Amino acid sequence: MMGRAQLIVGGVLSAGFVLAAALSLVWVPHDVAALNIAERLRPPGGAYLLGTDQFGRDLVSMLMVGARSSIAVALVAVGIGMGVGVPLGLLAAAHRGGLLDEIVMRANDLIFAFPALVIAILITAVFGPSALNAILAIGIFNIPVFARVTRGGALSLWTLDYILAARVAGKGAARISVEHILPNIANLLIVQGTIQFSLGILAEAGLSYLGLGAQPPTPSWGRMLAEAQTMIYTAPRLAILPGLAIVLMVLGLNLMGDGLRDALDPRLRRVAR
Amino acid sequence: MLRFALTRLISLTLSLLAASVVIFAVIEVIPGDPAAYMLGLNADPDAVAALRDTLGLNGSLGARYLDWISGMLRGDFGQSYTYRVPVAELVGQRLWVSLPLAGYALALSTLIAVPVGLWAAARRGGPVDFGVMGATQLGIAVPNFWFAMLLVLVFAVKLHWFSAGGFPGWEDGLFAGIKALTLPAVALALPQAAILARVMRSALIETLGQDYIRSARAKGLTRGQAIRRHAFRNALIPVLTILGLQFSFLIAGAIIIENVFFLPGLGRLIFQAITQRDLIVVESVVMLLVFAVICVTFLVDLAYAAVDPRLRRR
Repeated sequence: MMGRAQLIVGGVLSAGFVLAAALSLVWVPHDVAALNIAERLRPPGGAYLLGTDQFGRDLVSMLMVGARSSIAVALVAVGIGMGVGVPLGLLAAAHRGGLLDEIVMRANDLIFAFPALVIAILITAVFGPSALNAILAIGIFNIPVFARVTRGGALSLWTLDYILAARVAGKGAARISVEHILPNIANLLIVQGTIQFSLGILAEAGLSYLGLGAQPPTPSWGRMLAEAQTMIYTAPRLAILPGLAIVLMVLGLNLMGDGLRDALDPRLRRVAR
Repeated sequence: MLRFALTRLISLTLSLLAASVVIFAVIEVIPGDPAAYMLGLNADPDAVAALRDTLGLNGSLGARYLDWISGMLRGDFGQSYTYRVPVAELVGQRLWVSLPLAGYALALSTLIAVPVGLWAAARRGGPVDFGVMGATQLGIAVPNFWFAMLLVLVFAVKLHWFSAGGFPGWEDGLFAGIKALTLPAVALALPQAAILARVMRSALIETLGQDYIRSARAKGLTRGQAIRRHAFRNALIPVLTILGLQFSFLIAGAIIIENVFFLPGLGRLIFQAITQRDLIVVESVVMLLVFAVICVTFLVDLAYAAVDPRLRRR
């Protein structure tokens, strides 16, 4: 019951942002690259639904394009995490208890010791700030998360009879991992993917707030907040709206993740996280 | 217990070694010459050569790594290029802001989360539980730096109860210092408290379903007595783990929050070091932060084993 409602609310919120981001590729109410000082700090209403910022840029358009950067960064970061983490986790589970398992898991622990932001700081210190480096930093942080979830899910499957049957039938560890283990942990991965996606949105916002993410003039929610900080006395609206966008997007994804977990796997329903 | 501690200690040392190699390697792979990078594009070649010399960049890779590590072990973190003082001295000053901030935030989040989680678990399925779960769901979604800006907007700009940022230093008295750290600590603590409260709630609900709780009830304890005497302590184990994990989030969070409030802590130091291309500071402070995270994980593992003997055999 609760799960269904969460799934719907979360899905609608997330889809709304994804649609707005997609729409911004072809159309925005006003050009975000053009500075229009005559129209600066317009209050909401009229031609500008949410008003304009200190450079006369339309806030709605900025938020739409900002959604695009956030979603792109978080999505690719989840892709990196899954692309590297899932095979590593499958490998570790196939060689459970062995040297390979130990190496993979210790390497994971090592990455966990670096908070994502510290990874980002290291990368930025070396290669300079850019959206690509933000993606890398968040992506690297996602790898151990997916490796761990995959290994945990796979380990419990390896003890089951139908896997034994597959081994008796002569299938190798790699083939069993891909043909039998992977489809059965897909649910877990989808749910974890949603969670990491929402964490990625938060991380991207933090990085771009610090100036370590997308560079000007590309609008991003984090940098909109950083720029609004000096305007907090004159135009608090500029500091509130982008934050609200982040909260709604992350909230939507989290609700969707919880709802998906309940819908995909009733066994996980016991207690909410 | 001793054997458990020893094996954990060996794995701690190995992690630290591996982390130091990674950090050293990352700083080393900087395209081009670190000395030229630090001095910028229009640097005088003589100045670059001199800096290479002071940084000891002329030695071999292995010798430089050993130099750096043995220096760190002796408490010599190198010389900051921009501040012209030893990094250890800078870190020492900044710790007096960052550590109290982290401790303040950790205390706040625990003090909020544990009772709230208990309350929600005890009233599972009721309106209180529903409200707490909704509030924590929102708390997880709020970025801490934005929450910090909202706090500034309400308590500094509108109400004038706190200043919008800065730190007067502890010389101005304990109260002034604590007051300056209050908004940052709240901003750090609330999102953490949201996660912690959820863990506390689900851990307690899980424990309440155990057989020994049923036995306790059967022997005549009330629900409240059973929670206080048996369930609460057992439910604290996962909470402890999360507290340990949160330390690393706290460090990351502090980097952002210190920048929001212009607090002269480690987070701001590392951030300024990047913009000023002071690689020595970046390298050493990152190593220190990772060292702190790995040590806390180690301590949590030990505490865990001390609380629950079942975990010692692994």
